[in-house]
Amino acid sequence: MAISVDDPAVTEDLKKKAGYRFTFLSDPKAEVIRAYDLLHKAGGEGGRDVARPAEFLVDRNRVVRWKNLTADYRVRARPEELLEATKVLR
Amino acid sequence: MPYDRPVRRINRPLWAGLVLSVIAFISYFALFARFPVTRDVPWLTYGLFLIAAALLVAGVRRAQRRVVAVIVAAIGFAIFGGFAYVVLLFSKQIPASTGAPRVGAPAPDFTLKDSTGRAFSLASAAAAAPKGVLLVFYRGHW
Repeated sequence: MAISVDDPAVTEDLKKKAGYRFTFLSDPKAEVIRAYDLLHKAGGEGGRDVARPAEFLVDRNRVVRWKNLTADYRVRARPEELLEATKVLR
Repeated sequence: MPYDRPVRRINRPLWAGLVLSVIAFISYFALFARFPVTRDVPWLTYGLFLIAAALLVAGVRRAQRRVVAVIVAAIGFAIFGGFAYVVLLFSKQIPASTGAPRVGAPAPDFTLKDSTGRAFSLASAAAAAPKGVLLVFYRGHW
């Protein structure tokens, strides 16, 4: 699932346009983003607080099994990296 | 017709260089940034900028109106510089997130609304999943 500070309406629009089938969650006050220490203060358009890109693979017991914190927001985890990482889950 | 006016020809390399600089800049964000191969290290875009730079230099050398040519070339190089700044410096200015959940530690539980407004909790989603869940934090519509 994907998490951002965007409102549900914006997210639903993105989901429809891009054809994404997974869950999108809205964290407009960045509470969860803060709890995960991922807040990028004034990093968004017009100085808005946003999440820095990050990916976590969480198992059924809610334990983090893999994570990716990019050092460059243009560079994200590649699909093949994620698929490789899911092998730790069983 | 002895009256011989100097013919002012369009400086094709110069203007092609400027147009290519603009295309190189826009095409990265509009197209090449979508694909990891052309996004992560933008060799293709650098290549376009190098061709543009060569055209701009050639344009300045053959220019009849040097001042105009130098200004046009400077704009082209400034676009290249702006791109290099975004790619090499700006996009790396993100928080280190040293307090992010560690591998082997529990991911903090939360409940948020999904895009249809329904409440969604991590703990129940993880427990209901066949293997687990992938959390992707992203910058959002900006």
